[in-house]
Amino acid sequence: MGDQERDTTVSHYLCIGCPLGCRVEVEDRSGEIVEIRGQSCKKGDVFARQEHTDPRRVVTTTVAVRDGLWPRLPVKTQGDVPKAKIVEVCRLLHRLELEAPVTMGQVIIADVLGTGVDVVASRDLPRV
Amino acid sequence: MITPKPAHLQPAYDVVVVGGGPAGLAAAQGAREAGAERVLVIDREPEPGGILQQCIHPGFGLHHFGEELTGPEYAQRAIGQALEHEVDVLAGAYVLDVSGDRRLKITSRDHGLAFVDAGAVVLAMGARERTRGAIRIPGERPAGVMTAGFAQKLVNLGGLLPGKRVVILGSGDIGLIMARRLVLEGVEVLGVFELLPHANGLNRNIVQCLHDFDIPLHLSTTVVDIHGRERVERVTLAPVDEALKPKLDEAWDVLCDTLLLSIGLVPDNELAHRLGLRLDPVTTGPVVTSTMETSRDGVFACGNVVHIHDLVDYVSQESLLAGRGAGAFATGATQRPDNVRLTPGLNVRYCVPPTITTEREHTVYMRVTKPMAPCTLRLGDVYERPLRYVFPGEMLTLKVRPRFLEGFHGGSLRVDVVPRDEEPTRAPRRPAATKDDPEVRPGGEEA
Repeated sequence: MGDQERDTTVSHYLCIGCPLGCRVEVEDRSGEIVEIRGQSCKKGDVFARQEHTDPRRVVTTTVAVRDGLWPRLPVKTQGDVPKAKIVEVCRLLHRLELEAPVTMGQVIIADVLGTGVDVVASRDLPRV
Repeated sequence: MITPKPAHLQPAYDVVVVGGGPAGLAAAQGAREAGAERVLVIDREPEPGGILQQCIHPGFGLHHFGEELTGPEYAQRAIGQALEHEVDVLAGAYVLDVSGDRRLKITSRDHGLAFVDAGAVVLAMGARERTRGAIRIPGERPAGVMTAGFAQKLVNLGGLLPGKRVVILGSGDIGLIMARRLVLEGVEVLGVFELLPHANGLNRNIVQCLHDFDIPLHLSTTVVDIHGRERVERVTLAPVDEALKPKLDEAWDVLCDTLLLSIGLVPDNELAHRLGLRLDPVTTGPVVTSTMETSRDGVFACGNVVHIHDLVDYVSQESLLAGRGAGAFATGATQRPDNVRLTPGLNVRYCVPPTITTEREHTVYMRVTKPMAPCTLRLGDVYERPLRYVFPGEMLTLKVRPRFLEGFHGGSLRVDVVPRDEEPTRAPRRPAATKDDPEVRPGGEEA
């Protein structure tokens, strides 16, 4: 087996662009994408390329709050963060306890885990 | 104004809306826009916003607000818009009954019974989740069997976990989203099991809720037994054959303490039944006109009460319309009755509204009976449009413009969606769809 073949991997992605759900294959040789197959439109190409090189997600979870209308406040990352950091972002947020009132957009953690993305409140939570 | 006290209310309103979710809030706003002066929304929760308040994930608002929002953000905007339109909201109160002369009987825990009279009523109670009884899962009746949406409320609003080891039956979007949600809360999710040979939820949720967290999805599989005296101890799962019959000799047990059900929604129509409204056997919601008026004068309906939507954006748009209809009714404006019936034809399950007029533009929502790609949507012989694909889980919306119906003098139009390769060849029909034409828009995001 030549070096070239040994470094070749094929990864599979389910395209989320529309309900057709194309199974897209990405052929990678030593970290370079050499071919993308199986998509039926441009969206599949863009999606698989992004997922293969740098998958990112918006993270949403809740944070404990004292004296609020509800005991939990929904929060979100203001933009997407690397997929590999989802669990760590949530773990960090689960250790917090805030005090009501909170307003929508209020920064809960700035620049979470050095991603450059803030975690913000998804709603106002009045004090009761 | 938002108040929990019926004593703060007036004895009569032009329009009273039952339910303060996205449907009710938009209906109230629509009623104000149509000239109704006093508009009241009644909601059973301590705040308006409805189920959106527990849907903390993003994916809402792209069509209606032009940006992607989480559920609570969408709710807060909708509440803000309603309050800007000087709508009153009675929170923490429940409508027990609506009489034929539109008097509402209201109860609340702290304030007892109250009555309020309405010039027009809008029913916007949303839907309920189907429960164990709806699919008759055999077995014992321990605690720990609950709907996915209820678990979502426990987790996201109450900060409570439904259990430690969870099995999810049904691959609807709520179930998929709860699978991820529970994993992020430290709960073990043993798998999502789906009776049908394909997943019900959006591909986006399959990828971002299941694949991202290595949660297995078992297709053509169902729960055939539940075990446990006080609390669920295990469930028995079995693959099903093509007729969806469980193959019991291949069954296996999974140890768990919780079974979540994500097996569909049904319109919440207790008040519709009490009012004796005509119901559609397909949608199970009230039959409505093109202004969303039910079979009873002055009673309107919108949102998931009428038919199950997959996008809240469409709920808001449909409900603005219902509210405008109710506002017009309450202020004595008359509207021309519908004069064209839309009949679901080939591969179309239903159309809402089922009737339209030739003089206004209408947005018609419909669902197909099976996946097809590519295909053609045809409205009688007055309009047709090619579609790349259609799926039963994705509502189709069609803007019907008056110009489509200019030369049309019949009473009914059949709506067909036909796969392109089954089409007989024939001369092109008029008017052909043009570039700037309203899209027939398949949905996109989760509800």
